[in-house]
Amino acid sequence: MTAYIVRRLFATLPVMAVVAMFVFFLLRFAPGDPAAIIAGDDATAESIAAVRVKLGLDRPVVEQFGVWLWDLMRGDMGVSIFSNLPVTRLIAQRVEPTLALSLSTLFVAVALAIPIGVVAAWKARKLVDRLVMGFAVLGFAMPVFVLAYVLIYFFAVQWQLLPVQGYRPVGEGFWPFVECLILPSVALGVTYMALIARITRASMLEVLQQDYIRTANAKGLATDRVLLLHALKNAAVPIVTVIGIGIALLISGVVITETVFNIPGLGRLTVDAVLKRDYPIVQGLILVFAAAKVLVNLIIDISYAFLDPRIRY
Amino acid sequence: MIVRLLAVLAALALPLSATAQEKVLRAVMHADVRVIDPVWTTQTIANIHGALVYDTLFGNDADLKPQPQMVGKYEISPDRLTYTFILRDGLKFHDGSPVTTKDVIASIRRWGAKDGVGQRLMGYVTALDAVDDKTFRMVLREPYGMVLESLGKSGSSIAAIMREKEALTDPQQQVKEAIGSGPYIFAKDQWVPGSKAVYLKNKDYVPRTEAPSSFAGAKIPGVDRIELVWIADPQTAMSALVNGEIDFFESPNIDFLPLLAKARGVKLLKTGKLDGTQGMIRLNHLHPPFNNVKARQAMYHLVNQEDFLRAIVGDPKYYRVCHGLLTCGGPYENDGGSAFFKDYNPKKALQLLKEAGYKGEPITVLATTDHNTITPATQVLIQAMREAGINVDAQSMDWGSVVSRRAKKEPPAQGGWNIFITGTGGVGASNPVLHTWIGAACEKGLFGWPCDPEIEKLRNAFGLASSEDERKKIAKELQTKAMEQVVYIPFGQWDTPLAYRADRIDGIVPNTGLAVLWGITKK
Repeated sequence: MTAYIVRRLFATLPVMAVVAMFVFFLLRFAPGDPAAIIAGDDATAESIAAVRVKLGLDRPVVEQFGVWLWDLMRGDMGVSIFSNLPVTRLIAQRVEPTLALSLSTLFVAVALAIPIGVVAAWKARKLVDRLVMGFAVLGFAMPVFVLAYVLIYFFAVQWQLLPVQGYRPVGEGFWPFVECLILPSVALGVTYMALIARITRASMLEVLQQDYIRTANAKGLATDRVLLLHALKNAAVPIVTVIGIGIALLISGVVITETVFNIPGLGRLTVDAVLKRDYPIVQGLILVFAAAKVLVNLIIDISYAFLDPRIRY
Repeated sequence: MIVRLLAVLAALALPLSATAQEKVLRAVMHADVRVIDPVWTTQTIANIHGALVYDTLFGNDADLKPQPQMVGKYEISPDRLTYTFILRDGLKFHDGSPVTTKDVIASIRRWGAKDGVGQRLMGYVTALDAVDDKTFRMVLREPYGMVLESLGKSGSSIAAIMREKEALTDPQQQVKEAIGSGPYIFAKDQWVPGSKAVYLKNKDYVPRTEAPSSFAGAKIPGVDRIELVWIADPQTAMSALVNGEIDFFESPNIDFLPLLAKARGVKLLKTGKLDGTQGMIRLNHLHPPFNNVKARQAMYHLVNQEDFLRAIVGDPKYYRVCHGLLTCGGPYENDGGSAFFKDYNPKKALQLLKEAGYKGEPITVLATTDHNTITPATQVLIQAMREAGINVDAQSMDWGSVVSRRAKKEPPAQGGWNIFITGTGGVGASNPVLHTWIGAACEKGLFGWPCDPEIEKLRNAFGLASSEDERKKIAKELQTKAMEQVVYIPFGQWDTPLAYRADRIDGIVPNTGLAVLWGITKK
C-alpha cells in the first residue's frame, strides 16, 4: 500500500507540470491586459505601456514562463500584480473559509443523503421513494444561486434568523462560525445531496436483491442491521466514488456560493483574479485545485481497499 | 486569593469590553481595494483608500473650491509665479515621524510624473525647493491658475503626501507600504484583497480648526475602525444593508432603489451635485470612417440621450439630459456645440456617413457584457446604428477585455476598434483642465486619440486665465471646438444615491469626486 501511495504521488508530478504549462499559456493568450486594468480609466496608452514594462509583461511569453517556473520550483508562486502581496499568503487567507464551506456542505449532504437514499431503496416504488426521487430531480434542476437567493430572502431578510453574508473564523466563536455556514451549506449541498441520494438508492437496490440479503432476512435479523451492516457496506464503493466526483463539482459550486454569500474563499479569489487578469493568482490557484483533486482521488482509491477487501494495491 | 482572582478576571474582561465598545463602520463601496497606491492607478477605489490614509496639501470643499489642508499658510507672489507654502503644525505620519518638506516635495514630484493633471502642473514648474522643514516654494514659468485646484483635486490620482521613502518609488511601480498622515491608518496585516480592507482611527491626527466641508476643514475620525467590505454581488449587498450587516452602500443598483427606499432604517442620499456620471461614446479618430470629422459628426444624429438614460437609469429623478461636455450643473456648463444634438435622425446619420466615404464596412463596437450601465448603453447605440443601416460588428467581451482592447491603436480588423462606451465622473468633467477626456493631445491623449492643437491650446489658456469670466468664455470656446471635433459624444448624466442605515450612522455627506468617510459617526 505504501509503495502504491508513493507511486501515485510521484505520478502527480507530470500531471501538475502539464496543468501549470497549460494554465500559463492559456492565460497569456486570453484577451485582457492587467496593466490596462491597473492603470485605470483615465490612464493613457503610454502610461499603460509603462506599467506593463515594470510588471515584466512586455517580455516574451516563454521567458515569463521560465521565470515563473524557476520561482515555482523554489516554492515561490509570485506576487499578485494588483496588491503586491505573495500569492501564497493570498491563498492561505482563503483556505479556511473554503475548507469550512466544503466540509460543512459535505457533512450536510452525506449525513442526509445516505439515510434518505437507503430509505428510498428500502421502500422502493412506494410514496417515500417517490418523494425522495422527486426531491432528487428538484435538487438537480435548481441552480445553486436561485436556491441561495430564496434562502437569503426568507431566512435572513424576512425572518432575520441567519446572516445574509460573510464568514466568521472559528476563532471568533463557534456559533458565529456555524451561523454563517448554514445557508451556504444548504444551498450548495442540495444538488450534491440529490446526487448522493440517487446513487445510494440505486446501489442499495442492487445489493438488496442479492442472496446474502435474502439469507440475512430469513435468519430473522433486524431490518436496520440488514440495511446498515449488510447492504450499505456492500453498496458503499459507488457511493464513495460519487462523493469523490462530487468534490470536483463542489469546487465549481463553491465559486457561485462564495459569491452569493460573500464568503472570502478560494472560489471568490479565483473569479476576481480571472476578471482582473491577475495571472500569478490564477496560476497558483489552478495548481492548488489540481493538487487537491489529485489528492482526493488518491484518498478515494485508498478507501476502496478498506470498504472492499477484494481490492488490493 | 479571591481578590487576586477577581483582579485577573477584571483584567481579562477589559480588552473584551473595549472591543465591545469599539465603533466600527462597515461600508460596501463600488469596488474592492486591491491597489494601495492612489498615484499608481487612476482607480477611484484606490483614491477612496488614499483619502483615508493620506492627507493632501489642499482639499476641495463642498463647493469644489480648494482650501488649505496640510498647508497652514501660503502666499502667492503678485506676478502669480511663486507660491510659498508653510505646512501646519502637528503633521505626523502613522509611523510617528514628522511630515517635512522633503516628503512633500518627493510626493509632488512622483504624482506630477504620473497623473495627467500633475503632469500639466509640473509642465509649468521651474523650481520646487524646500526653504526649511516646513516651508517650500514652487516657481512657475507662467502664471498657471490651477495650482491649488490641482494639488487639491479629488477623483482620480489625488496628490497624496507620502513619506519620502515611498515617494521616491518609481511612479510606474506601486509603493509597498501605505503609511500616510491622514485620519485613518491602513491595517495592512488585516487586509484581505477582494474581501476586506481595514482602517484604524489615527489617534494622533491633528485636524484643522475650520468646520468640516467635504475634503476641506477638520477631518475628525468618527469611528474607531472602518471596514471596507467587498460584496461582489449587488443583491447580497442590498440584503446585507437591509439586514443591518453593513452600514453604508456606496452604489446600489438603480433597480434596487425602490426596495431600499422602503426598507426600515435605510435612507438614500443623492450624491453631490456634480458627483454623477457622464456617459461617453468614444470614437477612434485614427481609423476610417471616424478619421473623418464629417463621419464623426454624423454619429450625433444617432443619439437621443433619453433613450440611453431610460435604458440605464429608468427613473428620471436620477438622470439629466445634458448636451454639453462640461458637466451640466457645474460652474462651466454652457451650450457651446449643443446644436449638434438638435436633429435625431438615423437616416441622416447614414447619409452623412456615406458622404464621408463610408461604404458599408463593418464598424467594430467593443460591447461590454458585465457592466451595469455601460452594457445597456452600448446595446442602445448598437440598435440605433443597426436601425440606421450601419454595418455593426459588435464584439462582446467583459469590461477587463474592453479596457485592454481600447488601448490598441491597430486598425479594427487587426485587433483595434472603432467605438467604445464609458463614463466619467462629474466632478472631473466640470473643469476643462481636470477633464482629461475633453483633451485632444493626439497619440499622447486618451484612447480614441483625438488630435486638435487648438483644443489643447484652449485648455492651457483656461489654466492661465486670470478671472472667472475669462475662464467661462474659454470653457465655452473649448466645448464648442471639442463638440465640433467630436472628442466624444455625451449621452447624458446620471447619479446613483448612496444608501445607508440612518438608524445606525450619522455624518454622511454628499460625495465630491470621492466618498468622504472619515466624518461618519456611529450612533
